[in-house]
Amino acid sequence: MMNNVKLQVRNFHFFYGDFQALRDITVDIPRHQITSIIGPSGCGKSTFLRAFNRMNDLIPGTRAEGQILMDDQDLYSIDVVELRKRVGMVFQRPNPFPKTIFDNVAYGPRCHGLRDRARLTEIVERSLRQAALWDEVKDSLDKSGLALSGGQQQRLCIARALAVEPEVILMDEPASALDPVATLKIEELLQTLKQRYTIIIVTHNMQQAARASDYTIFFNMAEDRAGCLVEHGPTKEIFTNPKEKMTEDYITGRFG
Amino acid sequence: MSSRELSTPLVRARREGVAIRLGIENLARRRLSQKVAFGFFWLAGLLVVAALLWIIGYVLVEGLQVLNLEFLTTRPRGGVSGEGGISTTIVTTLYLVLFTLFLATPLGVGAAVYLTEYAADAARRNRLLARLIQVARSGVEILAGVPSIIYGLFGFALFVVAMNRFTGGFSILSASLAGACMVLPVIIRTSEEALLAVPQSYREGSLALGATRWQTIIQVVLPAALPGIVTGLILSVGRIVAETAIFWVTIGGSYRLPTGLRSAGRPMALHVYMLATETRAFDKAMGTAAILILTIVILNLIINLTSRTFSRRMMGRGR
Repeated sequence: MMNNVKLQVRNFHFFYGDFQALRDITVDIPRHQITSIIGPSGCGKSTFLRAFNRMNDLIPGTRAEGQILMDDQDLYSIDVVELRKRVGMVFQRPNPFPKTIFDNVAYGPRCHGLRDRARLTEIVERSLRQAALWDEVKDSLDKSGLALSGGQQQRLCIARALAVEPEVILMDEPASALDPVATLKIEELLQTLKQRYTIIIVTHNMQQAARASDYTIFFNMAEDRAGCLVEHGPTKEIFTNPKEKMTEDYITGRFG
Repeated sequence: MSSRELSTPLVRARREGVAIRLGIENLARRRLSQKVAFGFFWLAGLLVVAALLWIIGYVLVEGLQVLNLEFLTTRPRGGVSGEGGISTTIVTTLYLVLFTLFLATPLGVGAAVYLTEYAADAARRNRLLARLIQVARSGVEILAGVPSIIYGLFGFALFVVAMNRFTGGFSILSASLAGACMVLPVIIRTSEEALLAVPQSYREGSLALGATRWQTIIQVVLPAALPGIVTGLILSVGRIVAETAIFWVTIGGSYRLPTGLRSAGRPMALHVYMLATETRAFDKAMGTAAILILTIVILNLIINLTSRTFSRRMMGRGR
C-alpha cells in the first residue's frame, strides 16, 4: 500500500466551542514531500496542523467533524499516544526541556520503553546528525538544552522529534523565531529529511514556502472567520500560475 | 508656501526652545519624586533589616553566653531551676521535622499535581466532581489561614485521644500528624503555584512525542517545578521548627530522649517556652532560642543551595 498519499483529509470541520475554526477541508497530503500551509493570520493554519497529531484535543471544548486518514486509518481510531509517536511535531518557539541535550533527545525513546544505554546513545547521535546539530554539540551532550542558541534549540527539538522515528513531522512556523542564517539551516535540513519523512510545515513566510516546499495549501478566512481551503497544488504551480484571484493577491503581498 | 514659512529655522528654534525648557522643568520634578520614592523604599528596607538583625543579634548575644558543647550534648534535668542542656529537644525537633515532612510532602505535592494537571479535565467531565474540586480548593485556602492552636486542638482530639491506641497518645506520631495537617495547605499552595508556572510548551512538547500524561508530569513538569516546591518545603520546615502551641497539646513535653514514633518528646521551641515560663533559667531559654535560629538558618541554606545547584544544572546557567 505504498501509494503517494500519506494523509487524506475528508470534509474536516473544527470548532472551538461555538466558533468554527475550520470549514469543510478536503485535501491529500503527499508522502515523502514537504507540504507548506500558507495563509493570513487567524485563518486556522495552526489548528489544521495540530489536527494531525490531535494536539487540539488538549484544549477544552473543542470538537472535530469529518475524517483524517493516515494510510487509510482514521486518526481517531489510533490511540492518541501511539498517534503522536507516529506524527511528530516541532513548535513555533523552540521548547527544549530543562534537561541535558542527551536527555532531551533520549526523552521520546525512553518514554516508549527503551532503557538500553548503548541503543539510546546510538539513537541520540543519529538523530542529532540528522538534525545537523551533532558537530556543534557532540562534546557537550551533558549540557542543558536551554544553554544552546535559538537556532540550535530548534534543531535540538527537531532531533528530539526524529528520535522516536515518526512517519510524519509537523512544523508550526519552525523558523519564525530564528534569524536568517538559522532559518536557512532549517530549510536545508528539511530537504534532507523529506526522503524519510512526510513533512507538513505552516509558514507565514512566502519565500520560505516557495523555496522549501513541494506542495502548497492556501488557506483563507471566510466572512465568519472560519478557515477555508482556497487552493492547493504543487508549489511551483501555486506560485507561478495560481488559479484563484485570492491566491494571487496573497502571494504577491496584496493582503495578509 | 505658508507652511514653509512656519518652519523657518527661527520659528523652529523658538518652538523647540520652549519644548526643551518645559522638558527640563518637568525633568527636575520627575527626578525629585523619584529620589523621594527611592529614599522611602531604601528607608523601609533598612528598617526591616535593622529590626531583624536586632532581634537575631540580641538572641544570639544573650544565648551564646550559655552555649557550649555541654549545653548541646546533655539532656534537660527539669525542675524550676531549669538545669541541664538541650540535647533531647534537638533530637525531638529533628524527628518531628523529618516525620512531618514525610507525611505531608507526598500528600501535599500529590494534591497540587491533581489540582493543576488533572482537576480541570475531571471537572469538565463531571459536574459533581467539579463542585468537589471547588470545595477542596477553597478548603485549602481557608486552612492556610487557620491559627495553629486549632490544628493543635484538632490533633489532640483526634490523634491523641481518639486514636490513642494507634498513636500512643501524646507522641511524636500524634504531633507529626497534627503538624502535617498544619503545613499541608502551605505545601499544596506553593506547589500549585510552582506547577502553574511551568510553561505549557514543556507539556505540549512532551505529549507531542507520544509521552503519556503521567510520564509528562513525572519527567518534565515536576522537575521543572521543583525549586518552587522546595520553597514550600522550606516554609514548612520553618513553621514546624518554630511552632509551639500545636505541639504543646500533642507531643506531651517530656524531655526524655524519644525512643520511637509512639513516645513523647519536647521540641526546641516548646522547650524555650517551658524554660521561659516555668523556670528561672531565662538564660537557657535564650541559649535554646539561639540554637533554634541557627538551625533554621542552616536548614534554609542547605535546602536553598541544593535546589539552586539542581535548577542551575537543569537550566544550563551553571557552565
